[in-house]
Amino acid sequence: MADEVPSLAESKLTALVVDDNFVNQTMHHKLLDRLGIQNDVVCNGQEAVDVHCSGRNYDLILMDMEMPILNGIQATKRLREMGIESKIAGVTTRANEGDKKEFMEAGLNDFQEKPLTISKLLSILHRLDFYVQT
Amino acid sequence: MQRQVALIKQSLFDQGYLDEQFVELEELQDDANPNFVEEVATLYFKDSARLISNIEQALERGSFDFNRLDNYMHQFKGSSTSIGASKVKTECTMFREYCRVGNAEGCLRTFKQLKKEHATLRKKLEQYFQLARQAGPKETARRPK
Repeated sequence: MADEVPSLAESKLTALVVDDNFVNQTMHHKLLDRLGIQNDVVCNGQEAVDVHCSGRNYDLILMDMEMPILNGIQATKRLREMGIESKIAGVTTRANEGDKKEFMEAGLNDFQEKPLTISKLLSILHRLDFYVQT
Repeated sequence: MQRQVALIKQSLFDQGYLDEQFVELEELQDDANPNFVEEVATLYFKDSARLISNIEQALERGSFDFNRLDNYMHQFKGSSTSIGASKVKTECTMFREYCRVGNAEGCLRTFKQLKKEHATLRKKLEQYFQLARQAGPKETARRPK
């Protein structure tokens, strides 16, 4: 599997990891690194909003749902209200259908269950037209 | 020694301490980060020790704030899932279920078991990593049989 991981470095994609869990932050950061995607990490939805207010922009946002201060649903809504058009993929542990619907309706482009793996991340990238699977 | 490392790792899967997610973790390890798995595991045990302490303090207060306990356990479960700590994850799930129905005794019982599984996993992984370091370059990640 390790030898088959594609590199998207040439595409110069950027991503933002939004997650309050240190282990998940580390893993998702590494997953994106492994695919050659430059990425930053923030700890909650409020920080995600703040980083955009400071002028930063990303091609892809990996948004956790349950976070303190501002959760993923609220942060997604806020970003969309701000006019942020980045692709946002919600990532969360098994959510009930109601939560998932609410999260999608907040403005997500895609949804994936944690834990993220390389293949799940590639699926997200493929569905959001960042990567063509061969 | 490589064989011993492989056997220890296989036993962790066979005994249910680790699941497939641990293999996913290993596949992220490369020459640029040759100790990635151990670093993530260290981070996990540091973070989970903090959560255990928070939960202990919350339980010692006597009045069960199931919402707060569930929040802590949600984080614990998330981390455990991410590194493939299967038995710990199972206890987290049970604890959350007891929180959901407001069963204090169930929470206490499950928490005791959770701490036991957590301590066992920590010991076994520390042993595995120590041996792996002694054995030299990491073997290629292999899916459990």
